[in-house]
Amino acid sequence: MTGQDGATALLEFRQVNTHYGAVHILKDVDLAIYPGELVCLLGGNASGKSTTLKTLLGMVTPTSGEVVLDGEVVNDKPTSYRVTNGVTMVPENRRLFKRLSVGENLELGAYLRTDKDGIAEDLERIFDLFPRVKERLSQKAGTLSGGEQQMVAIGRALMSRPRVLLMDEPSMGLAPALVQQNFELIRQIHADGMSIFMVEQNANMALSIADRGWVLQTGRVVLDDTAEALLANPELRASYLGEG
Amino acid sequence: MSVIAAPVPSSILDQDWRKVLRWGLICGGALIAMCLVGMPVEMDRRAIIERYLSLGYLTVLFIPVLVGWVASTQVVLEGVEARKQGPFDLVTGFVVGAIGGGFLALLMVALDSWNLRDPLVNWSPKLFRFLTYENGMGFGAVAWIVTGAVLGLVGASFHIVPRTVRRVTSFVVFGLISLSILESLIDDLSEGFRLEWLDEFMFAKKGGLTVTSTIVIGAAIGVLSLVTDGRMKAATERYRNMEGVERQKTSIVLFVVIAVLCGVLPMFLGKIMNELLANVGLFLLLALGLNIVVGLAGLLDLGYVAFFAVGGYTTAVLTSPNSPWFAPELHFGIALIFVVIFATITGLVIGAPVIRMRGDYLAIVTLGFGEIIRLLFMSDWLGPYFGGAQGVTNIPGVDLGFATVKGTDPRSVFYLVLFFCAIAIYVSWRLQASRLGRAWMAIREDEQVAEAMGINTVSAKLMAFVVGAVLASFSGAVLAAKVGSVFPTSFMILVSIIILVVVIVGGMGNIAGVMVGSFVLIGVLGGPKQPGLLQEFQNFKLLIYGLLLVFMMLKRPEGLVPSARRSRELHQEEFLQDAWLQDDKLDSDDEVSVGDGGAEEQ
Repeated sequence: MTGQDGATALLEFRQVNTHYGAVHILKDVDLAIYPGELVCLLGGNASGKSTTLKTLLGMVTPTSGEVVLDGEVVNDKPTSYRVTNGVTMVPENRRLFKRLSVGENLELGAYLRTDKDGIAEDLERIFDLFPRVKERLSQKAGTLSGGEQQMVAIGRALMSRPRVLLMDEPSMGLAPALVQQNFELIRQIHADGMSIFMVEQNANMALSIADRGWVLQTGRVVLDDTAEALLANPELRASYLGEG
Repeated sequence: MSVIAAPVPSSILDQDWRKVLRWGLICGGALIAMCLVGMPVEMDRRAIIERYLSLGYLTVLFIPVLVGWVASTQVVLEGVEARKQGPFDLVTGFVVGAIGGGFLALLMVALDSWNLRDPLVNWSPKLFRFLTYENGMGFGAVAWIVTGAVLGLVGASFHIVPRTVRRVTSFVVFGLISLSILESLIDDLSEGFRLEWLDEFMFAKKGGLTVTSTIVIGAAIGVLSLVTDGRMKAATERYRNMEGVERQKTSIVLFVVIAVLCGVLPMFLGKIMNELLANVGLFLLLALGLNIVVGLAGLLDLGYVAFFAVGGYTTAVLTSPNSPWFAPELHFGIALIFVVIFATITGLVIGAPVIRMRGDYLAIVTLGFGEIIRLLFMSDWLGPYFGGAQGVTNIPGVDLGFATVKGTDPRSVFYLVLFFCAIAIYVSWRLQASRLGRAWMAIREDEQVAEAMGINTVSAKLMAFVVGAVLASFSGAVLAAKVGSVFPTSFMILVSIIILVVVIVGGMGNIAGVMVGSFVLIGVLGGPKQPGLLQEFQNFKLLIYGLLLVFMMLKRPEGLVPSARRSRELHQEEFLQDAWLQDDKLDSDDEVSVGDGGAEEQ
């Protein structure tokens, strides 16, 4: 694992195994996300990408191994604990609360927070980042365009004041023009100092903005390298980028 | 309307005749179904306008009007994308109505020729007499075809006549029908206010409006509709657009007006009307509870009657001297504490195992639990404790010190129910705006994402179950005190279903909607065992409930009273459609604004 100057990992998997019933999903997975990094997890369908995210967030409990948040083993801690301590997910396909207003969606992102001033501050920050969101505040989230929904989804996640943002297939279901814009957005948020863990199928695009990446295949990490090295890796090029 | 001008058909006979025919068949089918269901004959007894129009004829006559109205919007000539409403609509309505009338004529011939009374109970000479107006078949057949055609024409013409005409006509017609339907309420009210002359003027001795009053009142409503034209809409619009404090103030004023009405009106009402209001209140209380479970948290609970039963039986056992096994004869108020405790326990016991299920599964399992609770109370096993099928009787009223609330004095029951409803409304209102309320809405929208946001979905859902259970148990407790006895048969599954219909028809997740729903359904049509204002509909209540439910789900899923949230959404959809054409422009704005934001950040 490529440690950075001996800093402790923000979020880490140590030999994690998970099962759905008898089906073995993740097999001895090791991952580490260091503060300020933008890392991505690549993999085809059914390779265990979503399970990885669910395990990180505590919606799936590993059968063995450790999930470590900031040096603390959090295997038994509920999702709420992890969210309070800085892990938040932007779900696949955005999945806003469609019949609630944009404002309510953002409020729900800060569900576990009690510091009203801080929440108001973060709301302003999100309005600065996405002026369009402010205009649409009282509108139903389901009536927004795809691009706007993506902004609200990211905004909702930022409202919990996360230290690491988990993004599940951020480019899925977006028009090609928006995909580009979306990655630009992610790059920007990262440039502001956010650590990001991104799960993507669009390997080329993801690696172009990431620091490091892993490739997951049927629940096992088969490649683990810097983004440039992965981009140059002939094996990966053959299996992913060639198709893309 | 489309931007592209549509070519107007050259002739009014240039129709899509297949569609016209199809709608004609629908009209005829509906008419025959209505006749064979038995509604017209049964309701012929109730007069709407003395001697001239009975409710029975109304149930038949409205069909061609309605179908004519709908059909003329549906029959579109092939190749013509959008068109203006015009004379050809009249042809459509006319033909559709005539076909419908023709079906009735055929029905008459069939009625006369064969006897199918065995499978079809309503295949009777009575129906024949009803249809022919006791004037022979030839007259009947011609009369129905002509009437059908004319009514279809009237229905279709609604699209063509000026808006004012449409408004005045519909106001007069609906106003007169509602006045006539509310006859017993008006009787009762005018007696209470010492205004018997008004009642005598309006209604004939045998029921129904008199001809004179029809004309006078009709004219009055017509004038009223002209005067108020546009104002009502403007007022509600203004109310919807209000923000913050202003809106709150208006809401409070509205609320106080309704509260005063609820408090004062019963004093002027007689026994029957107060009984009816008390029933409405009991079901409103149930519906408010279910609204939290289904409307806010999105948990489809079909066994809601279980909590109603627990409330009723707890009160019965704790207060009645006739309780078969344990009869502490507590005061209602003290029993209520135990009602809350037992309802909470039942809510948790039923909720805990089923709460992890989703959607349909939850519905089926709660349906089962609802029946299990009833069967337990009915069983021989628990018979020694709860009286089995004999139930628990002799439940005393509520002794308040200065007055006793009991079933023989429905006004007092109504006030007791009102008290609980007020609590329920307050609780629902506060919960809706609370953190828990937001968590419920998030769960309703997307449970997995709600979980990912850190919401403890299991405990939030259990809370919804428990709050709903407590409200239902209050209703059960009042029912026990009101009726003076509880039986397992008071807690049939039908109760769960009717409450659900009340919530859906009124407007899910919306307190005002639930209130309107209970008044309209329980007050007008009646509850599972309680008669409503339209006692004639008693036998057809479930049919009407079912039809209403299907219609609402198809045409107005947001309910009779859409919440501000819902109407906002509809409003926005229109707005978005307008914005659709400018979408490209918006998208380019989009990129610019994001870029700007980023630049500022860096």
